[in-house]
Amino acid sequence: MMAFRLGSPPRYYIKSIKFGVLSPEMVRKMSVVSLTVPDTYDEDGSPMPFGLMDRRMGTLEPGQRCETCDGRSGECPGHFGHIELALPVIHVGFTKHIYNALRATCSKCGRITLSDEVIEKKRRLLEYIKRTGNYLRETGFYEKVIKEAAKATKCPHCGAKKDKVKLEKPTTFYLVDERNKPIKHLSPKDVREWLEKIPDGDVRLIGFDPEVARPEWMVITVLPVPPISVRPSITLESGERSEDDLTHKLGDIVRTNEKLKSTIEAGSPQMIIDEHWNLLQYHISTYFDNELAGISPAVHRSGRPLKTLAQRLKGKDGRFRNNLSGKRVDFSARTVISPDPYISINEVGVPVEVAKILTVPEPVTEHNIDALRQLVINGPEKYPGANYIIRPDGRAVDLRFVRDREAMAERLGPGYIVERHLMDGDLVLFNRQPSLHRMSMMAHHVKVLPYKTFRINPIVCPPYNADFDGDEMNLHVPQSKEAWAEMKIIMRVQEQMLTPRYGGVIVGALHDYISSAYLLTRRQTKLDRFKAALILGMANYKGPLEKSEYTGKELFSLVLPKVDYEGEALMDIDPEDRKVVIKEGKLISGVIDHNAIGDQKSKTLLHKIILQEGAEKGREFLDNLSWMLLMFLDMYGFTMGLDEEDLPEDAKKEIKKVIDRHIKKVNEYIQMYREGKLEREPGATLEETLEQKIISELNMARDESGKIAERYFLPNNSVLITAKTGARGKMLNLTQMTACIGQQTIRGERIRRGYLNRTLPHFKPGDLGAEARGFIKSNYKEGLRPTEFFFHAMSGREGLVDTAVRTSQSGYMQRRLINALLDLHVEYDGTVQSAEGFIIQYLYGEDGIDPTRSVGGDPVDFDEIERRVLKEIEVKASA
Amino acid sequence: MEAEEFDIFEHELVPVHILLTKEERAKLLKMLKKKPWQLPWIRASDPAARAIGARPGDVVKIIRKSRTAGEIVVYRYVVPG
Repeated sequence: MMAFRLGSPPRYYIKSIKFGVLSPEMVRKMSVVSLTVPDTYDEDGSPMPFGLMDRRMGTLEPGQRCETCDGRSGECPGHFGHIELALPVIHVGFTKHIYNALRATCSKCGRITLSDEVIEKKRRLLEYIKRTGNYLRETGFYEKVIKEAAKATKCPHCGAKKDKVKLEKPTTFYLVDERNKPIKHLSPKDVREWLEKIPDGDVRLIGFDPEVARPEWMVITVLPVPPISVRPSITLESGERSEDDLTHKLGDIVRTNEKLKSTIEAGSPQMIIDEHWNLLQYHISTYFDNELAGISPAVHRSGRPLKTLAQRLKGKDGRFRNNLSGKRVDFSARTVISPDPYISINEVGVPVEVAKILTVPEPVTEHNIDALRQLVINGPEKYPGANYIIRPDGRAVDLRFVRDREAMAERLGPGYIVERHLMDGDLVLFNRQPSLHRMSMMAHHVKVLPYKTFRINPIVCPPYNADFDGDEMNLHVPQSKEAWAEMKIIMRVQEQMLTPRYGGVIVGALHDYISSAYLLTRRQTKLDRFKAALILGMANYKGPLEKSEYTGKELFSLVLPKVDYEGEALMDIDPEDRKVVIKEGKLISGVIDHNAIGDQKSKTLLHKIILQEGAEKGREFLDNLSWMLLMFLDMYGFTMGLDEEDLPEDAKKEIKKVIDRHIKKVNEYIQMYREGKLEREPGATLEETLEQKIISELNMARDESGKIAERYFLPNNSVLITAKTGARGKMLNLTQMTACIGQQTIRGERIRRGYLNRTLPHFKPGDLGAEARGFIKSNYKEGLRPTEFFFHAMSGREGLVDTAVRTSQSGYMQRRLINALLDLHVEYDGTVQSAEGFIIQYLYGEDGIDPTRSVGGDPVDFDEIERRVLKEIEVKASA
Repeated sequence: MEAEEFDIFEHELVPVHILLTKEERAKLLKMLKKKPWQLPWIRASDPAARAIGARPGDVVKIIRKSRTAGEIVVYRYVVPG
């Protein structure tokens, strides 16, 4: 919660980190107690000496003092203990390395089974590799030495016969003959004695650094016991104590170890000893990793698997991914989002309740002292107020507990910092998961509003991929001036309107705005002075109103920056209004629709305005235009009714005729196929040919019936307008509603699943006809027949399952990609390099192009340049 | 057909490969401040590398055509294999 303050500069820098293996001596040296008692507490609840909770390993309860360092619970960091194992056991984490060391050396003399000359040569090569610092070669070198040495059948040093070593997962080693038959079992004790014999010089050649990691240390003789603070016990409400999983596991280890000790002392037969030894090996193995392949996980009394050391680190809920790579943060809020088209796209609506909890540190100066005093007087309860004050000495005062806030406010002066409530205009980060691209996290200006949801302008839904069916979003409040400056310059919504994905705008008018723009700018729209004033008022138009009647195009021109634009409208309802021409900010001809101001498109009017006039002007245009269009649509009263999807009887008859004609054609194909008269298409079987022909025939049926329906729509049909202008839906949707839904598919083929040789019992076996394989003649308006309905549901379900599978797959793919590309960066010389200094590209993207500033992916918009040059020539010629 | 008869560089999808001289190689590495193995790699058995007789340790200059950049020059370090 405290603001960042400078401490003294660091005195040491970490140059390198070296990992090693704990030696038994090291474990004993760092230990404060040798554990021999497998219990935690005695009857009266005090920790057993030499038990798992021995006081010397640190303390948990406040008030108690650590017996080793005399520190209280907060001060004592905890101290290691150890367990002296009666017999050594293999460390599961190192089996691979132990296996390599055994494989490469002689069991009798411990030397690498290569001749002295070869060893000397290898030693020199390793020295050279280390000198050049090419660690990629280093790992390859060790692998090669091990592989070569493992080939030997006789030790070149002592002449002993060399048997192959076999590792039986997880921790058993055997000596085997040529036919892979076991000759001798190697106990951990045998393994350790073997590894001890390998001389330091040889050990280096197979990848060990004997200073910090002798191979025999990988066979455990002394087990370190982590301090109590690593495995704290929790006291339940009932006063019952519950121990950590690690403590449970350590208890098992101590118990088995003591048992093993007594069995040895009693002089029991080797078989009994081995039994206990194996049990000890099992407990220690699962203590390290409880998800080992080949052994059953140790479980709790309830049957739940224990969470041991490896489980603490691994996976999504492990230490790395949960606590180190990702942390919980302060100054953040999360709630449901809802739309507010009347705020700017740069803004976010923040509930008062949230604004009263999130704070911004504001240093007191002579310029803001009066305002800040008022905030301090208001305190944490009354908005706008303040929650904390940081005094010049660095101490924080919590205003909740200050009785006389007026006196507190009086004491303010330069050097104080007031942590005031979030207020209008503050910059915050706004984010929706999954954060797949940089536009998933953008800076917004705060607008404090009543009610309990975050409000965003629906225009910024596409970059966040948000909708309002219950989506929640996160908000973060940066705490430094540097952060605010960076956000303002590079992260605000207006700076992120262009996407690096396809070199176009990602925000833009959508849905209602598009329909409204069409209705406003089409030729017949005329508005009287009063209505024009209403609309222009919404658009923040400050100029004069000179005319008594305005056309829609004139009104649109009033919010337009001075740009030239030529393009084609998406709609084709009125062919004369298709060619869009804008000259010096005046809309001369054409209607404005998705092709001009739509979202997720490049080379549009909006795109051009942003590129030419800048992000600020672009945003202003989009804001003002959207408000204007909203007002216009309110006045116009755009709506749609069920009867708009009705067709006259003539049309219905015509459609039926077309569909029947195509189905007849399909039946002809089937007839031809049955008679063997169908010609096989190249690259397809006869059956595939038939399917292809049928599918294309039925698609034609659907499209043609759609075309017929389209002819009968009035130009003012609302659904037609939304489809043609690109506001919402495609003509296909309209076809399906009014004329014919068409072929349903599973995995891209006609439906053939179901019963033997037929889809449903309603059809004859072997029926390949249109209706029997999922063709729907009906439309949504009139309704489906039962069989059609079933096919439709099948197809619909497939779509649902597909999306579910796709998202999880692409999510994992994204994760892997991010982890692989994480460290790539552009160096100052323009090259793209990885963290190790490997060159990935000699120039970013191998063309040095920032796709954000490209036009639809092309670095330069030649058409635009040509147009501009021609215009210049024209101007010069006329002058 | 004899392998020698066919010049792979005649194919339009095979970019130009040029073997750098010792001096050029040293100059390039000095300019980039890189060890040779920090460059992208190319196998000595790569058809294009074989065609120009590149040996492990050499550096190859490759000039590729690009729709957006016209031409792009990259360097690759020849590795055994």
